[in-house]
Amino acid sequence: MQKMAGSSFPEEVLEHVFSFIQDGKDRNVISLVCKSWYEIERWSRRRVFVGNCYAISPRMVIRRFPEVRSVELKGKPHFADFSLVPDGWGGYVGPWIAAMAAAYPWLEEIRLKRMVVTDEGLELISKSFKNFKVLVLSSCEGFSTVGLAAIAANCRNLRELDLRESEVEDLSGHWLSHFPDNYTSLVSLNISCLTSEVSFSALERLVGRCPNLRTLRLNRAVPLDRLANLLRRAPQLVEFGTGVYASELRPDVFSNLSGAFSGCKELKGLSGFWDAVPVYVPAVYPICSRLTSLNLSYATIQSPDLIKLVSQCQNLQRLWVLDYIEDTGLDALAASCKDLRELRVFPSDPYEAEPNVSLSEQGLVSVSAGCPKLQSVLYFCRQMSNAALRTIARNRPNMTRFRLCIIEPRTPDYVTLQPLDAGFGAIVEHCKDLQRLSLSGLLTDRVFEYIGTFAKKLEMLSVAFAGESDLGLHHVLSGCENLRKLEIRDCPFGDKALLANAAKLETMRSLWMSSCCVSFGACKLLGQKMPRLNVEVIDERGPPDSRPESCHVEKLYIYRTVAGPRFDMPPFVWTMDEDSELRLS
Amino acid sequence: MSPPLLGVGEEEGQSNVALLASSASADSLCRNSSELKERNYMGLSDCSSVDSSVVSTESDESKRSTLNLKATELRLGLPGSQSPGRDPELCLLSSTQLDEKPLFPLHPLNDGHYSSSQKTVGSGSKRGFSDAMDGFSEVKITALLKGIGYCLLLDLVLITTLSLVQGKYRANSEVCAMLSPRPSSNFGLKTGSVLENLGTQSPNAKEVAPPKIVQDRPRAANEPRPSHNGAANGNSSAPATKAQVVGWPPIRSYRKNSLASSKNTDEIDGKAAPGALFVKVSMDGAPYLRKVDLKNYSAYKDLSSALEKMFSCFTIGQYGSHGTLGKEMLSESKLKDLLHGSEYVLTYEDKDGDWMLVGDVPWEMFTDTCKRLRIMKSADAIGLAPRAMEKCRNRN
Repeated sequence: MQKMAGSSFPEEVLEHVFSFIQDGKDRNVISLVCKSWYEIERWSRRRVFVGNCYAISPRMVIRRFPEVRSVELKGKPHFADFSLVPDGWGGYVGPWIAAMAAAYPWLEEIRLKRMVVTDEGLELISKSFKNFKVLVLSSCEGFSTVGLAAIAANCRNLRELDLRESEVEDLSGHWLSHFPDNYTSLVSLNISCLTSEVSFSALERLVGRCPNLRTLRLNRAVPLDRLANLLRRAPQLVEFGTGVYASELRPDVFSNLSGAFSGCKELKGLSGFWDAVPVYVPAVYPICSRLTSLNLSYATIQSPDLIKLVSQCQNLQRLWVLDYIEDTGLDALAASCKDLRELRVFPSDPYEAEPNVSLSEQGLVSVSAGCPKLQSVLYFCRQMSNAALRTIARNRPNMTRFRLCIIEPRTPDYVTLQPLDAGFGAIVEHCKDLQRLSLSGLLTDRVFEYIGTFAKKLEMLSVAFAGESDLGLHHVLSGCENLRKLEIRDCPFGDKALLANAAKLETMRSLWMSSCCVSFGACKLLGQKMPRLNVEVIDERGPPDSRPESCHVEKLYIYRTVAGPRFDMPPFVWTMDEDSELRLS
Repeated sequence: MSPPLLGVGEEEGQSNVALLASSASADSLCRNSSELKERNYMGLSDCSSVDSSVVSTESDESKRSTLNLKATELRLGLPGSQSPGRDPELCLLSSTQLDEKPLFPLHPLNDGHYSSSQKTVGSGSKRGFSDAMDGFSEVKITALLKGIGYCLLLDLVLITTLSLVQGKYRANSEVCAMLSPRPSSNFGLKTGSVLENLGTQSPNAKEVAPPKIVQDRPRAANEPRPSHNGAANGNSSAPATKAQVVGWPPIRSYRKNSLASSKNTDEIDGKAAPGALFVKVSMDGAPYLRKVDLKNYSAYKDLSSALEKMFSCFTIGQYGSHGTLGKEMLSESKLKDLLHGSEYVLTYEDKDGDWMLVGDVPWEMFTDTCKRLRIMKSADAIGLAPRAMEKCRNRN
């Protein structure tokens, strides 16, 4: 009888089998089977995802996975998007690039989110990786068009350059001209975040000579009358983002544009539409029926025009739109777009107390009723009721991402004036696969009890201006088994829940708490007792030990790590650990 | 049909609307008493204006000239309409005064545009910056230049703003009409006083936003906005704080900035409420930049106290490395000494790319033109105004 020892099974075969398994989690599991599987797996892993760049050091990643081709890193906490993380907090990708430049000469892809990238870093990337193909910088900052020029000039095999929502110091539009004339491999270009004009002739020539271009997202500065020419040079486009979509109505421009759109037979996604004017919207009518993704969240067109547009998009799967769409528009959406999977409704005027549009909870209820595949929602509104939430929950038990933002904090059910606990409770109870949830409105500890009881698949929870006591936090930390990311602001949660559930924190990626009631003493204790956590106190009032231990910290960011405390912190961030007593005294 | 100029989508578009709204936000300048009073940045008496809640106050330096904050705004109206609130007697500077060249970067004194509300601020550290300003100006500015200085720099900022705006507007914009060079509307591109010309501007002025705007902002400012740790009752009338809650509603700054530019095209409700105005702040010697949202502040003192807070770690940090920061307490007196000793001044880069001293123009005007801030050493800041003057002359 043959021994079923690992050594009798050729490595090459195992490697071949493993090559069919791409998912990181699955590969992690494979690597635990036995030593030889661990070894085979680690040599064959090509893609690494690091959800928190401080959870591990570059050296450790390189040591374990020597043959990586694709790296994805995330830096700052999610609340950095809303200016809650002071500048200089960290998230520097420099050390990673330096380490990878030496260790991964065949690296092809770098995807970064909320990280600080410099021009030097970009230049290093462009010169270190001969086969570099994909650069995605999502919500990053710290670089300028000089760095982009280096990428354009040196990355001969670049396929994808995506700068989505990054903050780029826009020194000039000429960086685009640095793509050599014989460069033809561009597949995806997203420059929508750039503020100044790019060199237009360079753009046209680039688009014209890249036959594989599938995604082109322009920035606002590209005028409407230039779009037709671009589209005609790239009729194979699948995704297109316009620039500013406003101009004086000129019939020749209109028909030219409409014709150009019609010529793009593969076009499935549209975005851009800054300051869209109603007269030019019909230019896209010919292709509406093919569209699966439509981002109108910068389009200032009103409900009637929006209705006319979405009513023609029967195959729409994703819609991002401003609240100009109003309840009537959402009714039309529910009636026309039966394949809708994702809806995001952004506020057009969030800083005014009085509503400027007729958008209420009713619109969301309509869509939840009319769109059987709806599973991802981001909805800004000014009123909500428990009844509506219950209805939505019952309509859509397949909901996986539900983010509701009632603009005024602590707004109760507008009908009963009760907290919205029951409504959100219904959501977590019915939507058993809910992965992401954002709460708003008036909420007591009760809603957290519901969440802890029902939201067993929940991975990310965002809480603001909610709860009454530590019990709320305790419910969540003790009940949500799959919780990975928890972010809390302005809630009366304090030490007790945190300390009681300290072990839970090691099972999560991170916890953010700002303007809550966690004392400095508790932070210190946590830092001392939990060596595999980095407990970072962010406080711009000065060193926390200059105040009593019972004093609440401004902001707290806790994350698990195998890399120990970091050393690139700015002066207003302190790590609590067993040495903190020494360091702070 | 939205004016094409706004299709450019740049900050110039913002400047119009923000200026229009400036009269309203002027209300929030003063916190001297429980009722909202309007004060112009010199604390001078106001002429009659659209906003009837104007209350006038006097200050010493102001006796020399009167400045109507309203007059410094760009009023945009339909052709042929009278721009309301113009006081034809509003005189400002004689041309002789304008010919004088200021010797130093000019700073208004204490009361000026920090408004007397700063005196009610309890904590000394919050005044550190303004103290520094006072100190600086006392040392460097002669009494004669003080009065001229205000107006001159006001002119300069207006001139530079307007010329920039003119340069970039598309021709067929209605909004543009007021600003495009016409023989009758001498914007001070020649040597005349800009403010003088604004006073006679009315026949050509266009009113884009109805007076309603002026009322909207004060109302919005009074609207209940729960403070950070505010009452549990969501609909309670929280103190009428001017600042919104940071990071709420949770909209990305990227989208906020886009929203801000888009709002300028929204003439439907006539409201002018840009979402955010993020500018970078750098400090000489600090290792990285910070960003502030100018919309969070309604007066210079708020901005300066926020910046002090942000950069105090650097100023204090000079006395020790990061590791020993623990012992260095945030000492108010130490900070005040630093700033009072005028080691640093706050400057900003305007839309023209020139560096100007912060504090010389009305707050609203500042937020329009400010592209970035820099806390620089006082020694480097000397000579800012002469450069600006020269630039102005070059444009003539």
